[in-house]
Amino acid sequence: MTTATQPSLASKPKKRGGLLRQVMGNRMALFGVGLLLFFLLIALLAPIIAPGSPDKFAGPPNQPPSSEFLLGTTHLGKDVFKQTVWGARSSLLVGFGTAFFTTLIAIVVGMSAAYFRGLTDDLLTLVMNLFLVIPGLPLLIILSGYLRPATSTVIFVLTLTGWAFAARIVRSQTLMLREKDFVAAAKVSGDSNSRIIFREILPNMTSIIVGLAISGVAYGISAATALSFLGLTDISEVTWGTNLYWAQNGNALLSGAWWTFVPSGIAVALVIFALSLINYAMDEVTNPRLRAEKDLKDVFKQQSAQTVRATPVIRRAH
Amino acid sequence: MRFILRRLGFYLIAFFVALTINFFLPRLIPGDPATAIIGRPGVSLTPEQLNAVRTALGLSDAPLFQQYLNYLGQLTRGDLGISYTRFPASVISVIRTGFIWTLLLVLTSLIISFTLGHLLGIYSAWRRGAFLAKALPPGMILFGAFPAFFIAISAVYYLGYQLKWFPTMHAYDVALTPGLNLPFLLSVGKHMTLPVLVLVLTTMGGWALGMRNVMVSVLGEDYITLAEAKGLSSRRVMYRYAARNAMLPSITSFGIVLGASISGLLLIEQVFSYPGLGFLMVNAVRNSDYPLMQGLFLLITVFVLVANFAVDILYTRLDPRVRAE
Repeated sequence: MTTATQPSLASKPKKRGGLLRQVMGNRMALFGVGLLLFFLLIALLAPIIAPGSPDKFAGPPNQPPSSEFLLGTTHLGKDVFKQTVWGARSSLLVGFGTAFFTTLIAIVVGMSAAYFRGLTDDLLTLVMNLFLVIPGLPLLIILSGYLRPATSTVIFVLTLTGWAFAARIVRSQTLMLREKDFVAAAKVSGDSNSRIIFREILPNMTSIIVGLAISGVAYGISAATALSFLGLTDISEVTWGTNLYWAQNGNALLSGAWWTFVPSGIAVALVIFALSLINYAMDEVTNPRLRAEKDLKDVFKQQSAQTVRATPVIRRAH
Repeated sequence: MRFILRRLGFYLIAFFVALTINFFLPRLIPGDPATAIIGRPGVSLTPEQLNAVRTALGLSDAPLFQQYLNYLGQLTRGDLGISYTRFPASVISVIRTGFIWTLLLVLTSLIISFTLGHLLGIYSAWRRGAFLAKALPPGMILFGAFPAFFIAISAVYYLGYQLKWFPTMHAYDVALTPGLNLPFLLSVGKHMTLPVLVLVLTTMGGWALGMRNVMVSVLGEDYITLAEAKGLSSRRVMYRYAARNAMLPSITSFGIVLGASISGLLLIEQVFSYPGLGFLMVNAVRNSDYPLMQGLFLLITVFVLVANFAVDILYTRLDPRVRAE
């Protein structure tokens, strides 16, 4: 109880918002965040941008892009622009939903394994490794064969097959942090296990967990798109994946209707690209090795820096 | 040796887990599995038919544990049941042909992408200032963002349908009789070019980026500086000293990449209607051919496990530190 108020040895000086500010100062990250926000806005404002049901028959089939149909129509005469805009909703929802649950499970499992060690660790590590070695997509496919997924079951199935990788990273990070002095100090001052885990160790992994969550979104979106493309989700729902499914099964390739598959594919790619940019930039900000390399380049701003092959150790006076 | 045995034990456990998933999944569906599987809306089955389906699935009123033992017994005899959609072909015989096609694609594309990816990674770490080396990471991020099957669709559309350079579906020209003759082999080669190209393009970046990152830190080691100081040719330093050591992590991740390639392949086969395991599996799921889809899942899992084990053995040969452990 007393530890909550007294400035315990365990509390490390933290720069709240420091990470966020640094990341936002990075051009790459800024672009990534902007791109992601753009798609989030599209998903939120779908009823305003493209009013009316995307499933409605809007015009003659297989029309190329025109002023009336910005991205043309499908083989069933549905408006591709509307389908792409509305597809953002379900695809992003599944992506963020999956990321939330995989990250949550990864934190709980990874941290308990590393913190409690012993038999708990052995068992949990075994389970993680099993999920890593059993091929993911085949498992996803047979699971969806039995479950006939709606959005919620897709998230469930994707979480089940996708949490292990993140959990392993959380585990190894926790293993490293639990040996640090500030954890020992917290133990000595009598903090409970849960307090040490959640108040001492967890905050020190923020950047890694954010990174894992971002990868989780990317995983969720690409895996859900793949499942829908295979026709294993509810194909009457409008998502980027089902758009691609209908494009392939509506013979878009044969009839030359490139506009039916290109928009959804590019949308998926841009979202994933945005997420990877954010992750890459976060890496650059938090990984001293990469940061030093970048700083050195900034200092010399010329060729000479690139002949240095060893990782430079420099620190700029801030 | 202890390392190898430990790994072997792990893979055996993994195999049993896969078996058990296979056994319990059909039994987890609420209600009677046989009715749920066969009884589509509007179809009513006679009790005899239902019983036949139950027997085919190994479902009976016997205790669950007894059923499980029966199932294991069947597997040891190599009996995976009968395919519904290709009745009366056995699951094993259906899988066998698909396996050859998938193996062909996986091996060819893995060898090419492993080689090219590593060369690219070595080069970009060595010449960090060069244009190609600088453009590689962002370029790979952008390219890697596209779903592999979307690239496959675009390739089929443009190179297949528009330019007509490559055939757009199947593994060989169906007018030819399969056999060891030149026209057939040429046709097989022509049909696999696009899928392999797409697989190589989509997996190469991972190898290149991984290799680049390890190379960068290996190049900072003292023995590299020493080698350079001794006046060894930069070619020798680059390949014999740096790249050789930097490749070890790639070998470890080989098993994981293989699993990922198979996942990618399942989708790509679908795009090309290539009659491999993925194509079979998706069609089995679409047509509710449960024995076939379970057999496929089992086979793919075993394939990945065996490959992982082979990599582990290889690893002990390459890295003496593991052997000494």
